[in-house]
Amino acid sequence: MSDEGQIMLRETFTVAGGDFSHAGRVSTTIKSMLKQIGFPSAVIRRTAIATYEAEMNVVVYADRADVTFEVTPKTIRVTLADQGQGIADLELAMQEGFSTATDEIREMGFGAGMGLPNIKRNADELEINSEVGVGTTVKITINAGE
Amino acid sequence: MRLAELKDKLSLKSLNDVYDKDVEGAFVSDMVSDVMAGAKPASVWVTTQTHKNVVAAANLVDIAAVIVTRGRPVSDETLEMASRAELTILTTDLDTYSLVGKLHAAGV
Repeated sequence: MSDEGQIMLRETFTVAGGDFSHAGRVSTTIKSMLKQIGFPSAVIRRTAIATYEAEMNVVVYADRADVTFEVTPKTIRVTLADQGQGIADLELAMQEGFSTATDEIREMGFGAGMGLPNIKRNADELEINSEVGVGTTVKITINAGE
Repeated sequence: MRLAELKDKLSLKSLNDVYDKDVEGAFVSDMVSDVMAGAKPASVWVTTQTHKNVVAAANLVDIAAVIVTRGRPVSDETLEMASRAELTILTTDLDTYSLVGKLHAAGV
């Protein structure tokens, strides 16, 4: 991105794996920050959905993650770098309906194999790097101009 | 339709404050990702899920209120979170099918 240097806002958060009681807190915070800045509601909504799904993936599958939230005049970027089991077959994981979630997770209404496809649908750019046994980095970029 | 009007029309019980919001539609699902993917803003979310994550998910996609069917109990923790997010939690003893029929008949 050519506007990389003009970061208007940068915040970091952490997400704890398995912490269902606080799940959604980071995406909720990011949503209110974007609202305060005054981004169009469609842009805020896409960011909120993509971030929530990525945050839930950390809660369900990883040990922990560092989340970086950056706003430039043209883009919103959320990067979640987790330490965890990683994704063995990314192509398979991107398929709608594929999931390795436990029954317990499914009973809560998660693990339907919709998370990653949902992120992809709402992001303008999605970059995923994963190493089995080490962790996964998900970089979500949303164009701020709707 | 305003939320309070809908609550009265369908004889729903509120478990916390009824926040003054406009209801423009409804979305029915017990799958959280389904709601994230498909629910339109200002919809009521009809579900049997009552755990705390329902609140975060509903808030993120601008759900007007959650309607819990078949009188399933909702924990105080969930209700506290909902109130903090200004999200009304309504319940009915009806099952989802019957409630949705009434929603439809009421013009939602």
